[in-house]
Amino acid sequence: MHELGVVFHVIKMVEEVAEENDLTEVQSVTLQLGEVSTVIESYLQDVWKWAVKNRSQHMQEAKLIVEKIPAITFCEDCMQEYGTVEHGKICPHCGSEHTYLLQGNEFMIKEIEGQ
Amino acid sequence: MKDFKVIEVKRSIFEDNDADANRLREELKADGTFLLNLMSSPGAGKTTTLKRTISMLKDEMKIGIMEADIDSDVDAQAIIETGVRAIQIHTGGMCHLDADMTRQGIHEFGTKDLDFVVLENVGNLVCPAEFDTGSTKNAMILSVPEGDDKPLKYPLMFSICDVVLINKCDTLCVFDDFSKEAVKERILNLNPNAKVIFVSAKTGEGFDEWADWIRTEVRNYKNS
Repeated sequence: MHELGVVFHVIKMVEEVAEENDLTEVQSVTLQLGEVSTVIESYLQDVWKWAVKNRSQHMQEAKLIVEKIPAITFCEDCMQEYGTVEHGKICPHCGSEHTYLLQGNEFMIKEIEGQ
Repeated sequence: MKDFKVIEVKRSIFEDNDADANRLREELKADGTFLLNLMSSPGAGKTTTLKRTISMLKDEMKIGIMEADIDSDVDAQAIIETGVRAIQIHTGGMCHLDADMTRQGIHEFGTKDLDFVVLENVGNLVCPAEFDTGSTKNAMILSVPEGDDKPLKYPLMFSICDVVLINKCDTLCVFDDFSKEAVKERILNLNPNAKVIFVSAKTGEGFDEWADWIRTEVRNYKNS
C-alpha cells in the first residue's frame, strides 16, 4: 500500500549506516519482510529501482534482497500456534478469537553490503 | 579485487519512525503545543468538521491547521477563510505522513506560539495508521454513509485512535442500517480506551462534547 514511502525510509536509514561505516557504494540491501506486513514485494522491487537511481547518493546500483518471515498467530486459550495467512484471526484448533500475531508484520533492514 | 563488507543493521523501519516520533513529541511538549493527528477516508468530512471546531474554539486558544494532501490547496484555502493559520503540505504522492515529514511541516509552519495544531492526514484508513506522526493524540472521523462495519475492515486505524468521531449523524434516517450501538461496540472491542462521539458537522450535533474533549485534553497537556 505504501511501498514508495517505506523505500524512502529504507534509503534514508541505509545512507546513514553507509556514512557511519565509510562506505562509498552500497551493493545490496537485505530486508526481512513479514508475510502480513502490508508491503507487496513485487511493488517494492519496482519502486526500489526508481528510488535508488533518483533519490540516493551511495545506492545507485544497490540490489534489493527480500527475505520473507512467515506470519504465525498464537491462541491464548489453547496455547497453540497456527499459520495466520491460512486461518486468520480465529484459532483452527479451538475456535477462539483470543489470538494475537506472534510474528509476520516485520519490516526490517537486516544487513547491507558495500565497499 | 574489490573489498566488500557486510554490515549487520537489524533495524525496523517502524521502530525508527517511532523513535523519531517520540523525539518530535518531546519537542512539541517543550513548546506547549498540542498536536492532533486527524485521520479519515476521503470525504468523511475532515475539513467541514475542522471549520466548525475552529469557530467554537478560536477565541479560547491559538489554533493552527496543517493540511496534508497529495496535491492541491483547496482545503487550506477553506481553513484560512475561518481566520486561523493554515499551511498545506504536499506529500508528493505519498499515502501517509511520517514523523520526519511532520517535523518539516511543523518547522516551516512555526508552531511555537500555537496551543492547538491539527494535522489533517492524507485521506486513507490504512497507511496513516502504521506511521506515528509524533502527534500528542490521534483522532479519526468515520462518517455514517461509510457503514458501521469499518472497524472490522480497518482494525489498526481504530485501535490507535484516542477519539473517534462518527460524523454525518444527520443522515442516519437515510442510512438506517447503520447501527450506532454496533459501531461503538466494534470500536471498543479493538480499543477499550477510545472515546466515541456521535456528531454532525453539518448541524452541529455532538460538537459540545467534542469541543469539551479538546479543551480538557489541551488543558491537561499544558498542566502536565
